[in-house]
Amino acid sequence: MSVSTFPSERAAGDSYQLCTRDRQLILATQAGLPLTTDPWATLGEQLGIPADEVLARFQRMQDAGVLRRVAAVPDHYKLGYRFNGMTVWDVDDEAVSTMGQRVSELPFVSHCYRRPRHLPWWSYNLFAMVHGTSQQEVEDKARQIRDLLGETCSSHTILYSSAILKKTGLRLKKQGDAPCSE
Amino acid sequence: MSATIERPCREAQQPGFTDLEKAVINRLQHGLPLVASPYLAVAEELGISEQALLDTLEKLLEERVFTRFGPMFNAGEMGGGLTLAAMRVAEWDFDRVASQVNAFEEVAHNYRREHELNMWFVLATETGEGIAEVIEQIEARTGYPVYNMPKEEEFHVRLHFSV
Repeated sequence: MSVSTFPSERAAGDSYQLCTRDRQLILATQAGLPLTTDPWATLGEQLGIPADEVLARFQRMQDAGVLRRVAAVPDHYKLGYRFNGMTVWDVDDEAVSTMGQRVSELPFVSHCYRRPRHLPWWSYNLFAMVHGTSQQEVEDKARQIRDLLGETCSSHTILYSSAILKKTGLRLKKQGDAPCSE
Repeated sequence: MSATIERPCREAQQPGFTDLEKAVINRLQHGLPLVASPYLAVAEELGISEQALLDTLEKLLEERVFTRFGPMFNAGEMGGGLTLAAMRVAEWDFDRVASQVNAFEEVAHNYRREHELNMWFVLATETGEGIAEVIEQIEARTGYPVYNMPKEEEFHVRLHFSV
């Protein structure tokens, strides 16, 4: 099981140091990967980097965990998943790590985190995002989570989103880069 | 900017995808292999031609079924701060506060949710310390407290929508 600390608590040396060429590649693919038979060569031509180096850099970033994967981000509404419920659970502190792991293994949970409580306003310390094609489906899935948590959970609720107020995604900002090797 | 209102309907819409589109949608949410001809490798896996894969992918992007196809980065691994925060905003004051919160470039997503805590947003900053600073600024600007809920532990999952 991997426990990731919150970035601010992480020693500076822990995170992968991007170099200028890595950053160029990230910026060049922010809108997407080229739809060509050799996307690495297409990127390389744009940036003046050999195709095999482009591929090697992506591999290195993926190995370091900076890059999760190269994949499609679907609009879940267009796929018929019109309901996204943020299910939140008040789980015993001594059980929450084990239980969080088990909840995350359910096939319909897309994100699962332990977060702090803010009493008296907020008593929930486990968050699991559940998507469904109907509210009924989200509720059925939440019931499965409740059954799994059993006695370790004292209360829960589901927060449905009713409006997207802003969605720009994460943008890369300027940071100091390490010098590029080879 | 105007909010996109989600109108929940009783019946989920059944999007009419072809079998080819379904296969591509299901496969490409998983990672593209980092090999010399990545699209060809996936096409062979699906038993289709590389051109059919590229054409379908292009169509899905054009129709915004995929909002993006490309590298997905871990903001946390690149240094910087990332958190989820929530606010309890009075109903009569909601629009003012939403536009003030959205004006911060550090706010990556902001959702209205049906709960006493009715505004939920993701903050991303260049440094770890930046989170506390932005939260202070949001509190000062809006006059409402912000509840910071950084992840204390992440349980890894793969987001995948089957069609």
